[in-house]
Amino acid sequence: MDALTSLLDGFGTALTPVNILWAAVGVLLGTAIGVLPGIGPAMAVALLLPVTYGLDPIGAFIMFAGIYYGAMFGGSTTSILLNTPGESAAVVAAMEGNPMARSGRGAQALAAAAIGHFAGGMVGTVLLVALAPTVAELAVGIGAPDYFAIMVLAFIAVTSVLGSSRVRGLASLLIGLTIGLVGLDQMTGQQRLTFGSLQLADGVDVVIVAVGLFAIGEALWVAAHLRRGPGEPIPVGRPWLGRSDLRRTWKSWLRGPFIGFPFGAIPAGGAEIPTFLSYVTEKRLSKHRDEWGKGAIEGVAGPESAASASAAGTLVSMLTLGLPTTAVAAVMLAAFQQYGIQPGPLLFEHEPDLVWGLIASLFVGMVLLLALNLPLAPLWAKLLRIPRPYLYAGIMFFAAVGAYAVGGEVIDLVILLVIGLIGLGMRRYGLPVLPAVIGVILGPGAEQQLRRALQISDGSVTGLVNTPFAVTVYAVIVVLLAWPLLKRLAARARTARSV
Amino acid sequence: MTTPPTGTPHSTGTPHPTGTPHPTDTPPAPAADRGSWLRNHSELGVCVLLLALGVLVLTDALTMDVDIAQRGPVGPRTVPVVVGAGLLLIAALLAVDVLRGGRGQAEAGEDVDLSEPADWRTVLLLTGVFLGSAVLIEPLGFPAAGALLFWGAAFALGSRRHDRDPLVAAVLSLVTYAVFNNLLGVPLPGGPLMGVL
Repeated sequence: MDALTSLLDGFGTALTPVNILWAAVGVLLGTAIGVLPGIGPAMAVALLLPVTYGLDPIGAFIMFAGIYYGAMFGGSTTSILLNTPGESAAVVAAMEGNPMARSGRGAQALAAAAIGHFAGGMVGTVLLVALAPTVAELAVGIGAPDYFAIMVLAFIAVTSVLGSSRVRGLASLLIGLTIGLVGLDQMTGQQRLTFGSLQLADGVDVVIVAVGLFAIGEALWVAAHLRRGPGEPIPVGRPWLGRSDLRRTWKSWLRGPFIGFPFGAIPAGGAEIPTFLSYVTEKRLSKHRDEWGKGAIEGVAGPESAASASAAGTLVSMLTLGLPTTAVAAVMLAAFQQYGIQPGPLLFEHEPDLVWGLIASLFVGMVLLLALNLPLAPLWAKLLRIPRPYLYAGIMFFAAVGAYAVGGEVIDLVILLVIGLIGLGMRRYGLPVLPAVIGVILGPGAEQQLRRALQISDGSVTGLVNTPFAVTVYAVIVVLLAWPLLKRLAARARTARSV
Repeated sequence: MTTPPTGTPHSTGTPHPTGTPHPTDTPPAPAADRGSWLRNHSELGVCVLLLALGVLVLTDALTMDVDIAQRGPVGPRTVPVVVGAGLLLIAALLAVDVLRGGRGQAEAGEDVDLSEPADWRTVLLLTGVFLGSAVLIEPLGFPAAGALLFWGAAFALGSRRHDRDPLVAAVLSLVTYAVFNNLLGVPLPGGPLMGVL
């Protein structure tokens, strides 16, 4: 009940003309960005971080949330019409959606995806409203050791669950932690890795790191391997669904969120796993199994719904625990830091206007997205024809604007370029970018919490594990670390039995 | 990040997708093959960089003067020492993985074509354009330097529409300047050009 009244207050915030405007700007930008090849939602939010210097936090976060959801919407358009999914979450949409488009059912595929996102986002956001305050209440008493445990969990999860190689994930995390060390030590004011430079004493701004790794790194990497003659998008009309399609898809739309939401809330790689799980589920339950691989509409509806719901799940852990489970959440966390706001259980107490306004704006954004995407889809599809040189030149341009706006210093642009070159090297040698970003964003906080916890316990290591919450989190970490080993043991047992 | 997690660090033994020749499993022939061996194992360069970074972090931490400022049992030195040691360890582990035939998978993307060899000339040009604009931003002001950055980058990326490119660059740069400077309240240097207008 309490959550409902808060939500109503939230709608009071979200439905002011200015905030509706920000939500609309967010979903429009987000959809455009999702449709544009080469720009993911994380890069988009990173490129827009500089607006936080001139905007109030509520407006900024309403816009960021709109971008997150909008990019999910737009991403499926690229997959369906171009068959070159750039983000892992959109891979599944291409598997059935592109064959549909090629056989002339592109309009239906786009409609199934758009309504799927709407359904998934709605159900996911309702779950967010229902669960987030409870989680926040449970976690409200957590102290330094618990925060440290959560951050260690984020580090371990991002390196060992995502990506194909743990060593490379850890290498990336350590690079991020090193960048995070630069500057004055927060507790003693000691200079670290500054080499006597005044500019470095303030540390490397998170905005510059995020923009450098996500935007400059990506633009340079694409420049090195630019596809000659990009693929031709399949022309498409206005999305619509016939009655027989509706009969096939409504269950998929409703099933998707229950797969997507839990996976979004845990650090398991965002939408990648749940979209795939939803695909497999829908395939197993389908009455038209012969159509799979040739364009089964359930294979678009279910996974897309799961993808949007996972975005809502991501927001649960980000808002209540300050635990980012995806790249977008990590960059949004950086935005919170820019405002000096610490996401976590106390956020619901300290910033109720912000949190509930943000959540209510998700509903507003969802309606705007559906209203925009169904009629405007053919227009969005035109964005796929943008000349690639303009696209990537534009990314470099806005990255430079963002970095320069941080402090108006040319040295920031040089640091940005250096970090961009690091990002280029990381992409070339398969080091995932996300662990580095998480390392920069959470590293300094983790060190502070660690030292605070040890200060309280007077240096005794038991001070890190003296709460049930922290012990639980460490147990989860042990399971995550042991997972490959367990899997190998299980596989060995299975082969032993079959022999 | 598009591949499903496979668990062990040594399971990335797929041949390198960036057009370099396939890893040679033949016994190392002298001299002539050394170049291609190095090219196949260029990832060892990443290990060297990680190693250097680790040494740097450790040296910085150990030469730190902490007596004056120590508060609490854990000083400003502890975490850098752990991170530095971690970097050394990971550099070694990565080297082992590479020598055993493990390869990092180059990242795929919508506009990325990994079947062609990398075009480092474009990257170099882009880097130059970016640095040039960074230097020019104070004397020329943001609108001019930004337009040069966009035009130069588009040129480096292969756009040759000499009628359209500068126009797009100028409009984009001016609009961005106006939005940031006047609407969002983030000051950008106007330069002499804005002084005239």
